[in-house]
Amino acid sequence: MKTIQLVALLFLLHLAPAHAGKTLDQVRQRAQLACGVSTGVIGFSSADSQGRWNGFDVDLCRAIAAAVLNDATKVKYVPLNAQQRFTALQSGEVDLLSRNTTWTLTRDASLGLHFTAVTYYDGQGFLVPKRLKITSAKQLKNAEICVQSGTTTEKNLGDWFKAQGIKIKPVVFEKFEASIKAFFSGRCQAYTTDASALAFIRSKEAPKPDDYVVLPDLISKEPLGPVVRRGDDEWFAIVKWVVFALIEAEEYGITQANVEQMKANTDPAIQRLLGSAEDSGKLLGLERDWAARAIKAVGNYGEMFQRNVGSASPLKLPRGLNALWSKGGIMYAPPVR
Amino acid sequence: MKPFTRDWLRRNLFSDAFSSVTTLALLAAALWWLPGLIDWLLLQAVFRPDAAACEAANHAGACWGVVAEKYRVILFGRYPYEEQWRPLLATVLLLLAILAGGMRLLPRNALLAAWALALPGFLLLMGGGGFGLSPVGSDLWGGLPLTLLLATLGMLLALPLALLVALGRQSSLPLLRGLCTLYVELVRGVPLISVLFLASFLFPIILPQGTSIDVLLRVQGGIVLFAAAYLSETIRGGLQGVPAGQRDAAAALGLGRWQAMRWIILPQALRAVVPSMMNSAVSIFKDTSLVTVVSMYELTGALSLALAGDAEWRSYHLEGYLFIGLTYWIGCYAMSRFSRGLEQAASMSRAMP
Repeated sequence: MKTIQLVALLFLLHLAPAHAGKTLDQVRQRAQLACGVSTGVIGFSSADSQGRWNGFDVDLCRAIAAAVLNDATKVKYVPLNAQQRFTALQSGEVDLLSRNTTWTLTRDASLGLHFTAVTYYDGQGFLVPKRLKITSAKQLKNAEICVQSGTTTEKNLGDWFKAQGIKIKPVVFEKFEASIKAFFSGRCQAYTTDASALAFIRSKEAPKPDDYVVLPDLISKEPLGPVVRRGDDEWFAIVKWVVFALIEAEEYGITQANVEQMKANTDPAIQRLLGSAEDSGKLLGLERDWAARAIKAVGNYGEMFQRNVGSASPLKLPRGLNALWSKGGIMYAPPVR
Repeated sequence: MKPFTRDWLRRNLFSDAFSSVTTLALLAAALWWLPGLIDWLLLQAVFRPDAAACEAANHAGACWGVVAEKYRVILFGRYPYEEQWRPLLATVLLLLAILAGGMRLLPRNALLAAWALALPGFLLLMGGGGFGLSPVGSDLWGGLPLTLLLATLGMLLALPLALLVALGRQSSLPLLRGLCTLYVELVRGVPLISVLFLASFLFPIILPQGTSIDVLLRVQGGIVLFAAAYLSETIRGGLQGVPAGQRDAAAALGLGRWQAMRWIILPQALRAVVPSMMNSAVSIFKDTSLVTVVSMYELTGALSLALAGDAEWRSYHLEGYLFIGLTYWIGCYAMSRFSRGLEQAASMSRAMP
């Protein structure tokens, strides 16, 4: 009897499509969005002294909760480390992964996941001590380079120097704090991670910031964005279009403060986005003011950027590639129509 | 306390050339290190949760303010902020039960009753869902209560399992003996971290869709299985250390196999291995910090959670680690005191049969 049950179970396992399901229904049913975030990256996601989460990635969770549940606070944040983030999404522990994760072919095609849209264009750079008088990454011949494990950073490092025909010695650390402590205590000649983090590491973690420089080279493209499970196209579309709506809101000058007034604006594009003329939400399975709710919760893309990682934050990152396409960047959203 | 005299000094510190040199060297080292250490730990330290003051101190003194600012996240992890009196109370409850057992404050029956109340009480306080307590999923449990729970339950459940396995390995039935040996060798052959990974990631994937076992339960199960494998070998060593004559004598008295085991062999065997069992307990207590890798935020995990993303406080990890290091040390020291108490009690009962 036991054996038959076991065989039947194995059979069922093979038949069941991998975690296909109505994520939207599940989220609505439990009235909570389970959002995978990082265990702590300044500006992107962090828990404050009272356990409240904030940051760029966190705001995206809030925007989606606002669009779907009409309440930006109904989010359960699940902090995930680099190794376990995809498993948590695959196994259904989280509905959405908003955890500065780089969009790559391998991840998109082999993990049973879908990358939705790019929310931040990053690149990998280097921090070196000034006294080494290095001005380009190509001078790092035979250098020991501190890097954190389990990320694309580690692989990029190997790839780029291989392509340049330069030998380096990566020194790999599991924990972020261990990796920077090692670098600043002189274990390595260079430190590498995403450029979004380097400037802050230099100004805040270095014993003397002036003794270190960030090299101008970026050795990789790191488009970061939210990820969903495969097999639920509706949910995929919702996440994608909430991101697009926030970018579009910046284009049209819709802000957290003026979103209510903007509903009365006569521009058809704005009316469509905010649901005051056409019901753009119906096609996504959402209410007609889905985009307005998201904007009201976190502001438009630009506001989200400035507050968390831009000039109004400790990171003080320039918009750079992340400026709108109309302002010298490459942040571009398909039209909501 | 011995009187501090020249005689005492000579006998204990300067008995020969070697010990004189050692004493002087240690004294010099203490004089060399201590002022700087005290300066850093206390004199130049910042105790207020004031990030600006800490930054001004620029690591010349410890920034204990980071603990003052973040202690709730460090101690209770992701547990909802407004409800954190519950893990606090639960921790106190569990600690009291542990102390009552460790310090022999209660007679045996009262102690059993205390534990029978403390454990469900702990789980009810943490999990809620009754008596007007809002439910809190076990994935949100964290910090000190989680560390304590994993270690305490780990030991409590591993001990009987280990005993059975140790007896099984001495069994005359080849199948039973083989299975027990296989279990011990299999579990002992892999690191705890991979047991945790299996319990946390592989298990949910092989389970049929829709069924899920609580992650805390899976991880706790992994720790119990792991600890039991080590403990069973310790106990088996104890069993083998009991002279064969004891068994024969018990048989001569007309005691059956199990009676002899219960009244003659096991008491002697377990008594002999108290120190090494305590060794396992201490190592389990510290090994609970590994559950961080599967997204459970016990003390060490909660510390990274509290600091990693915080621009103001991130650079004071050292102080945070010292704080939880102290917490672990207190726990381990208490355990070794408990073990010494047990050994003394055991030797007393041997002296006065």
